[in-house]
Amino acid sequence: MAKELWKGNEAIAEAAIRAGCDCFFGYPITPQSEVPEYMSVHLPAAGGVFVQSESEIAAVNMVYGAAGSGMRAMTSSSSPGISLKQEGITYLAASELPCVIVNCMRGGPGLGTIQPGQGDYFQATRGGGNGDYRTLVLAPFDIQETVDFVQEAFDIADQYRNPVMVVCDGLIGQMMEPIEWRPIPKRDLPPKDWAASGRRGRARHNVINSLYLDPESCEELNQRLTVKYAEMEEKETRWSAVNCEDAELIITAYGTPARIALSAIEELRAGGLKAGLFRPITLWPFPEAPLHELAGSGQVKVILDVEMSSTGQMLDDVRLAVEGQKPIRYLGHAGGVMPTVEEMADAAWTAWKEVQQHGGHL
Amino acid sequence: MKKEIIISGFGGQGVMSIGKNLVEAGMAEGLNVTWAPSYGPEMRGGTANCSVVLSSRRIGSPVFTHPTELIAMNAPSIGKFGPLAVSGGLVLVNSSVVKEPFGRADVRTLYVPCESIAYELGNPKAANMVMLGAYVSATGALQPETIKSMIVHMFTGAKAKLVPLNLEAFRRGMRCGTERPVPTDAACTA
Repeated sequence: MAKELWKGNEAIAEAAIRAGCDCFFGYPITPQSEVPEYMSVHLPAAGGVFVQSESEIAAVNMVYGAAGSGMRAMTSSSSPGISLKQEGITYLAASELPCVIVNCMRGGPGLGTIQPGQGDYFQATRGGGNGDYRTLVLAPFDIQETVDFVQEAFDIADQYRNPVMVVCDGLIGQMMEPIEWRPIPKRDLPPKDWAASGRRGRARHNVINSLYLDPESCEELNQRLTVKYAEMEEKETRWSAVNCEDAELIITAYGTPARIALSAIEELRAGGLKAGLFRPITLWPFPEAPLHELAGSGQVKVILDVEMSSTGQMLDDVRLAVEGQKPIRYLGHAGGVMPTVEEMADAAWTAWKEVQQHGGHL
Repeated sequence: MKKEIIISGFGGQGVMSIGKNLVEAGMAEGLNVTWAPSYGPEMRGGTANCSVVLSSRRIGSPVFTHPTELIAMNAPSIGKFGPLAVSGGLVLVNSSVVKEPFGRADVRTLYVPCESIAYELGNPKAANMVMLGAYVSATGALQPETIKSMIVHMFTGAKAKLVPLNLEAFRRGMRCGTERPVPTDAACTA
């Protein structure tokens, strides 16, 4: 297939249309406004429904309605807008409604900045809404992965009857690079016999609901969800390891910083430090076991986590996975500032030297 | 081959277009390419810029601190990115707008009177095409024929009449792509 040049946000929208998205509901916010802009023109032309809602809250609740009736539904926004959708997301998860939510992250907290950020890791992986629920979170690091994952997200959502998030950042949304429209892996998808799309001769009508006044029934729901989440952890965890076979220093990063890390690793290796990149592709489920195993291997001396977050958020999951086997250092930027190749390499050298001086102790 | 290029200037000078033309041409020649724009408040009146990578190898970071080549369409761009250009790199200065010489001795500096040439050709909007020509001939990073064929395909329908103008602007820019020491409009009268 010939490569085509696409802007990230427009590619997200086109990928959704190609995946059979029936309905898109959204509200503009930089840096993802090209998603609804593209959808407004091309989704109706493809036979779908586009609504620019009056707010992000309305958009996510429109997704609830459309998904409940069996439609492939999607919304997208950027950080502050995704915050507004959190109530809707927990309702979607509780009602087991498949849908796709794209967060093109910008710097926070609050309204923050329109430049790229990754401060929504906790929100995406822990759930910004109430109750015990999970959303599967895919984190692409270039536009090719973005279009692949957006298409797959619809299938994953339908397979598990669960919201799937695709989180990227302002840089991925705004940049352009060549991609191929390649087929995504086929999945056996269950029929949507639960959808509230008309009784059609069935003995009972379908109900979409997240309110359980009877605590036993509510616990049953929770147990069912727990089993489903365990299955997702078992079958859907993804990661990528680059140059990790002989690496003495491992950079952990996702999204744009992971891509910047590829350049940093080249520079570090040229300078004589064997560095590798461990990149979680699903943020939830987090690739805990493979990172644990990698950290445990003898040649790995130190781990450097890099995020566009001031405090470090994925850092918590890295710590939980590494379980104290090796020292962990952190490099973070926030407020829309991206880490540079040079400072990533500097931080790696500093971490390396510290560990050498202290004999590898924490 | 790896080029990390920053193209910077006022909104409306076709800064983003120069970058897009570079990545489209690079792609046509089988290179790996990325284009990353500034999308902040500067887009809404002020200095806009984009970062372009052309590489024969897989591209890691699409953003970088030190450009191998800087295309500066206005003076603020020189102030912001001039000091960051790699030593031994290339700085292309739009001398129709920037009147001060660029003072770094460790980079090659070319002065290209983009708007002056474009005015001469009858359309100031072609200034970016002049600069693209200068870049291509100064670096040899891309084949001129690739750009020319792109220009022919870029303007179609009612805009097809703009093809000869842009081809001529590109050709005139190409002739500026050799070193000229004096930073004035007269420096490149090609």
